[in-house]
Amino acid sequence: MSVLLSVKSVTKRFGGLTAVDDASFDVASGSITGLIGPNGAGKTTLFAIIAGFEPATSGAVAFEGRDVTALPAHRRAMEGIARTFQIVQPFAGLSVRENIAVGAFLRHADRKDALGRADEVGRKVGLGPMLDQSAGQLTVAGRKRLELARALATEPRLLLLDEVLAGLNPSEIRDMMPVVQAIRASGVTILIVEHVMQAVMSLCDSVNVLAQGRIIASGAPASVARDPKVIEAYLGQGAAARMQAQGDAQNVAADARRGAPDA
Amino acid sequence: MTSAPYAWIAAIVAALALLPLGTSSNTVLNFLSFAMIVTVAAQGWNILGGYGGQFSFGHAVFFGTGAYVMALAQVRFGLNPWLALPLAMAMGAAVGYAIGFLSFRARLRGSYFALVTLAFAEVFRISANAWGFTGGAAGVLVPLKLDAAQMQFADKRLFYWLALAFVAAALVLTAWIARSRFGAQLVAVRENEEAARALGVDALAIKLRAITLSGAVTAAAGCLYTQKFLYLDANLAYGPWISVEALLAPIIGGLGTVFGPLVGAVVLLGLGEVTKTVFANLMGGSVPGVDLVVFGALLIACVAYAPRGVLGLLQGWLASARKARA
Repeated sequence: MSVLLSVKSVTKRFGGLTAVDDASFDVASGSITGLIGPNGAGKTTLFAIIAGFEPATSGAVAFEGRDVTALPAHRRAMEGIARTFQIVQPFAGLSVRENIAVGAFLRHADRKDALGRADEVGRKVGLGPMLDQSAGQLTVAGRKRLELARALATEPRLLLLDEVLAGLNPSEIRDMMPVVQAIRASGVTILIVEHVMQAVMSLCDSVNVLAQGRIIASGAPASVARDPKVIEAYLGQGAAARMQAQGDAQNVAADARRGAPDA
Repeated sequence: MTSAPYAWIAAIVAALALLPLGTSSNTVLNFLSFAMIVTVAAQGWNILGGYGGQFSFGHAVFFGTGAYVMALAQVRFGLNPWLALPLAMAMGAAVGYAIGFLSFRARLRGSYFALVTLAFAEVFRISANAWGFTGGAAGVLVPLKLDAAQMQFADKRLFYWLALAFVAAALVLTAWIARSRFGAQLVAVRENEEAARALGVDALAIKLRAITLSGAVTAAAGCLYTQKFLYLDANLAYGPWISVEALLAPIIGGLGTVFGPLVGAVVLLGLGEVTKTVFANLMGGSVPGVDLVVFGALLIACVAYAPRGVLGLLQGWLASARKARA
């Protein structure tokens, strides 16, 4: 598979604080790639750099092989990079349809085309019945869908999803996951920052783990989840060893109960 | 807005055009003409403030520029007013672009932007008052030549219809903006600039376009003012009165709506006139500034009870009436 997005040695310093430290990873075309990490790891900052909302202190971002590091956010949207916000940002004074149409206007100058496209995208993410409502009246789950719809309406090739599942209850998460999968099936590559592990494990083809600004592990979700470095990043130093020891002890105990001591 | 704003514009403008047929009173015609001038200025403000959410406290800078260019082009350069008009509007647009470039590029928003516009208006007012070319404190007098070719009319109704034509053009422009991609992006910037940028909106370019258009439209109001009164000084052209009226009319009528500035200007100036007359009768002489007290009271009432203006109130009543019937 070809590489759609390439993050190359990106570093971001805020004064004395290094939020992102020499982070590099690739997003394969057509994949759902995860970016996970404990709170304060620098995920949202890295996301902002990829979307063009923050300049990187050093390093580069390449999209479809072209260097987009110097492009401002709106130009990256034009190139085909769309993002959602962790804290939803609806245009509260507008209807759901008008909200989505702002995204659709990027590639459709005509009002009728843009509104038609907005309807289409709105139905696709399950906002069909709410199109005429004011965006300010939507529930949290509805606003998350609206974030998604607006970004999709720009017809991106890469969609950056910043915690679209955060704040949803388990049944809402179950409803949302097929929507994300359907977006990928329609040919949009997805990079997702997420805290809901169940979702990351079942949605992502590959996962990059960020801790204290550094990428500490990359690979298939299952193998990353077993990585001692990852476990330590989430649970503290020595946690992997303790868990290992605990696991061994439990195995020994279980074996003992079965009455088959092995060596 | 409804699906047919242009039909509404045609109907409302036609109704306004018929008004002078019922009266030949100079007072009424002067009032109507003045209300139309303020409407055009307010419509200009509404593009930037109502649709774009960038509140200017200094639209006098555009109004005055339009008025001065109109007057000076005639007096100093002997230009025909019909030719001076596009020049004055272009100058208004240029001043708008320059102020926008300086303040939006510096990421000034909200009250900071408002204060900068206020400061620009004051700088222009003081300069026009001091500079010999603009006539200094004595002002500029445009010679009286009652001739349609000189944009001066013996019949006051003709001037009113001319001002009404400007209002019609401003309404059509606003209705077009409201339904265009530019309008959608402008409103998106007003509602949430970050989110708009994420959707590919070049917020700086959009705001610059809005303030440029706004400057041109408000400058046109200044041109009308020059032709109506044929006299200008710095306090009339660049004075805070027009900044205040240009922003109060849309707020009272309905921010970010096509007809808000028109409704607001008529309500505002109408109430101002009524109060002045009533107080003059009560006190046995005119009370300067009493109409400003009414403006202040109206603004407070609007902010407290009708944040979407008179039009918002009407829409609310219509909606509840429809519900009651259903």
